[in-house]
Amino acid sequence: MATEVHNLQELRRSASLATKVFIQRDYSDGTICQFQTKFPPELDSRIERQLFEETVKTLNGFYAEAEKIGGSSYLEGCLACATAYFIFLCTETHYEKVLKKISRYIQEQNEKVFAPRGLLLTDPVERGMRVIEIAIYEDRCSSGSSSSGSSSGSGSSSAGGGGAGAR
Amino acid sequence: MSVMVVRKKVTRKWEKLPGRNTFCCDGRVMMARQKGIFYLTLFLILGTCTLFFAFECRYLAVQLSPAIPVFAAMLFLFSMATLLRTSFSDPGVIPRALPDEAAFIEMEIEATNGAVPQGQRPPPRIKNFQINNQIVKLKYCYTCKIFRPPRASHCSICDNCVERFDHHCPWVGNCVGKRNYRYFYLFILSLSLLTIYVFAFNIVYVALKSLKIGFLETLKETPGTVLEVLICFFTLWSVVGLTGFHTFLVALNQTTNEDIKGSWTGKNRVQNPYSHGNIVKNCCEVLCGPLPPSVLDRRGILPLEENGSRPPSTQETSSSLLPQSPASTEHLNSNEMPEDSSAPEEMPPPEPPEPPQETPEAEK
Repeated sequence: MATEVHNLQELRRSASLATKVFIQRDYSDGTICQFQTKFPPELDSRIERQLFEETVKTLNGFYAEAEKIGGSSYLEGCLACATAYFIFLCTETHYEKVLKKISRYIQEQNEKVFAPRGLLLTDPVERGMRVIEIAIYEDRCSSGSSSSGSSSGSGSSSAGGGGAGAR
Repeated sequence: MSVMVVRKKVTRKWEKLPGRNTFCCDGRVMMARQKGIFYLTLFLILGTCTLFFAFECRYLAVQLSPAIPVFAAMLFLFSMATLLRTSFSDPGVIPRALPDEAAFIEMEIEATNGAVPQGQRPPPRIKNFQINNQIVKLKYCYTCKIFRPPRASHCSICDNCVERFDHHCPWVGNCVGKRNYRYFYLFILSLSLLTIYVFAFNIVYVALKSLKIGFLETLKETPGTVLEVLICFFTLWSVVGLTGFHTFLVALNQTTNEDIKGSWTGKNRVQNPYSHGNIVKNCCEVLCGPLPPSVLDRRGILPLEENGSRPPSTQETSSSLLPQSPASTEHLNSNEMPEDSSAPEEMPPPEPPEPPQETPEAEK
């Protein structure tokens, strides 16, 4: 764990932010929280399509679990109502518990999958559940954390400029 | 590395949030800016209930049953709890897009619509989505720089986009949206019951006492009764009507905003894609469904600009694992779960049977 933390900090020191990609919400199933699994072209050279899709699908699964309407959520709602919602002062809701799981999962994915490839996932909760933000870093020095490609095609676009051409 | 403990005031995120909200209790409480009518609501509820408990209940508990004030107290406490919960919680505000995200969306829009020549009005920014085989349009919010999720709307009073926006209620001093709609509904329901209860037992009290000492004497002895009956009478018509209206909305899984704009009615309009088609299921989902936590993270700590040490806080978890992007001004430090309004709710003892009127806000 200490070495993985060290890797992420190394990434920050040795890499510069090239660009950011935002995975938007997918509203085809209604207002439940789901993200599009469409593979963004900016990540083409950085990560395998299958790994990316698996991450997004797992996240979607977590959110579906959080928002699942069923017996247990009704029970929680009714119990909370019966206590005039004071019970929420003492306990966490099911949704909050799942959000914690998601946070741990994203951290784990960052350490194991994304940081070695010079990418960083931001928890959607920090972006108002609107987008999954993926920051693409570019290695500045060769002794930086292991990145598959040291200078990718997106290196020409500076931070904030976006990858209009890359799209 | 020696740590200097500098006693500096910690800046929390709520202090820098855009929008026209007021925050209390260090970010735990979130309301609209105008709170005058909310105080009136509190005053009326508390005032009427105080009079009821002080005068009528004492007589009725002895003459009829001690259960009368007990039930009244339960109804009163429940309606106060739901009122405070509605007023103090985050209705489901969608945080505004950070500059990077806004720029990304702008680029996407330009790519779709093509560049607009100078001086010409840009076309309205709309995205079409298919939900449950119906086409639903997502509008772009120019203030928040996001495409609003379906059913979200921008409240011009609070200057925020709110998810599943119902209406802005001045009587509770807050917007009513996804996160506090059930509290609002339970508030008006319990307030209706409380109003009917107080009204009915006031009539019973007057009737019983008049048999003993006469009608005018009764009124002279407890002049508060007249006030209570008047307040309850006028409140009944509005609150009970409102409860009926919202029961209808809940059964159909619609919002006030949609109802007023006629989103799902009319020949050429799409049918409501969010309704399950079953009244029970709709009610269960709206009132007992899972409650998403606030994504505003009001109590998160903003990083200090200076080089001094940050006062230790239990609210930051694993913040060191999240690198801060040097190019952006985002604050990625606090990774804590956004807190729900699990604030210690003060329970002032007033009770006003209030007719909450709705001010539906036109979206931008």
